[in-house]
Amino acid sequence: MEKQFFETDVVIIGAGPVGLFAVFELGLLDMKCHVIDILDKPGGQCAELYPEKPIYDIPGMPSVLGQELVDSLMKQIEPFSPTFHLSSMVQEINKIDDIFWELKTDSDEVFKTKTIIIAGGGGSFLPKKPPIKEIENFENNSVFYSIKNKEKFRDKDIVIVGGGDSALDWVINLEPIAKRITLIHRRDQFRAAPDSVKKIFSLIESDKIDFIIGQVSSLNGKDGILESLKCKTQDTEVEVSCDALLPFFGLTMKLGPIANWGLNLNENLITVDTEKFETNEKGIFAIGDINTYPGKLKLILCGFHEAALMSQQAYKYVYPGEKLTFQYTTSSSDLKKKLGVS
Amino acid sequence: MTKINFIEFNGEEHSVEVDNGNTVMEAAIKNNVPGIDADCGGATACATCHVYVDPAWAEKTGEAEEMEKDMLDFAFDVEDNSRLSCCIKVSDELDGLTVRLPEKQF
Repeated sequence: MEKQFFETDVVIIGAGPVGLFAVFELGLLDMKCHVIDILDKPGGQCAELYPEKPIYDIPGMPSVLGQELVDSLMKQIEPFSPTFHLSSMVQEINKIDDIFWELKTDSDEVFKTKTIIIAGGGGSFLPKKPPIKEIENFENNSVFYSIKNKEKFRDKDIVIVGGGDSALDWVINLEPIAKRITLIHRRDQFRAAPDSVKKIFSLIESDKIDFIIGQVSSLNGKDGILESLKCKTQDTEVEVSCDALLPFFGLTMKLGPIANWGLNLNENLITVDTEKFETNEKGIFAIGDINTYPGKLKLILCGFHEAALMSQQAYKYVYPGEKLTFQYTTSSSDLKKKLGVS
Repeated sequence: MTKINFIEFNGEEHSVEVDNGNTVMEAAIKNNVPGIDADCGGATACATCHVYVDPAWAEKTGEAEEMEKDMLDFAFDVEDNSRLSCCIKVSDELDGLTVRLPEKQF
């Protein structure tokens, strides 16, 4: 893939509620933001884990659904037109000089930015890896947690594990090109879109795919190439020969590359001061669930407060030497103009 | 206060006390019991607070509801006595409850 270069005032890592609100606070102070997130949509945990759960402690909103809050925040930051880089994980941060940082993602994007705001919540959402013995030896050769190029699976014997949307979607997608697909799930019920479930049952009934109720217990092969696996069923263990194993157990949060950026950490959280929410590196801030300080509470509302205070300091890096006057959105014609409501 | 016993995969036992109305997941988190991740904070949305209920207590903890059963699909090494600990509410009836923890929550 060809590298893409961007130069900006601010890069925000994490498009959860706090990262999104940071776009607003920074925008009021004329700072342009690029927002990077590993998920394929904005909203972080609110969108990925509990889009339909009500949240009761957002000030002024007696009850709001996770997805509703995300939608409202997206609407609120519209006037500042941030650039989103989704399905992208920041891997490296380097200091270029006294003004700029360089930031590289796994999607071959390179950013030159004056400040970095880490709003990474509980860390990066990464695929859950089933704790099967020696599974790591087969990863990327025969075991895949996501699929970038489905042609790789043409004419192969594939085992797909799981009962959710990802598992079923890939069974349906790969069935026409694979040699044979075996779907393994721990029960004969699926938690997925009704249409996919219907398709799966019809594939099983017409003997287009094999279906085993059970759980993978061990892998067999050599030099990272899978030959077969064992599957524990209700009363026995069966061996299934296969070229590839695709487990789909959803996502879990891991700190990921953030741990390697030279920031002071305390139990996997980034330590910051409570005036500017800045890390030990000047120009790099951490807000929301990913930071820690005496008295820290992991609440969305605390992250909002942190975003507002952080922006005051970020301004000093983006516009060095310029004086910042505090203004209210209710009365300042300048701010109203930025919001497009004047 | 109600007593809940957690047994880690390596056999280490943790006996903790918690107020009724908390969930078994909260009993673990509030008392720093290792082996319960609870990524989603108790929204039945992540399956990282998976436990095995001691068979002697199965009747008292009751059966998982549909949504919990669905979410258990995203846990690993699920057995008949698997539950998500965020879905078990602590009450007097569960005083002395024992749950075992899986090798990993992923």
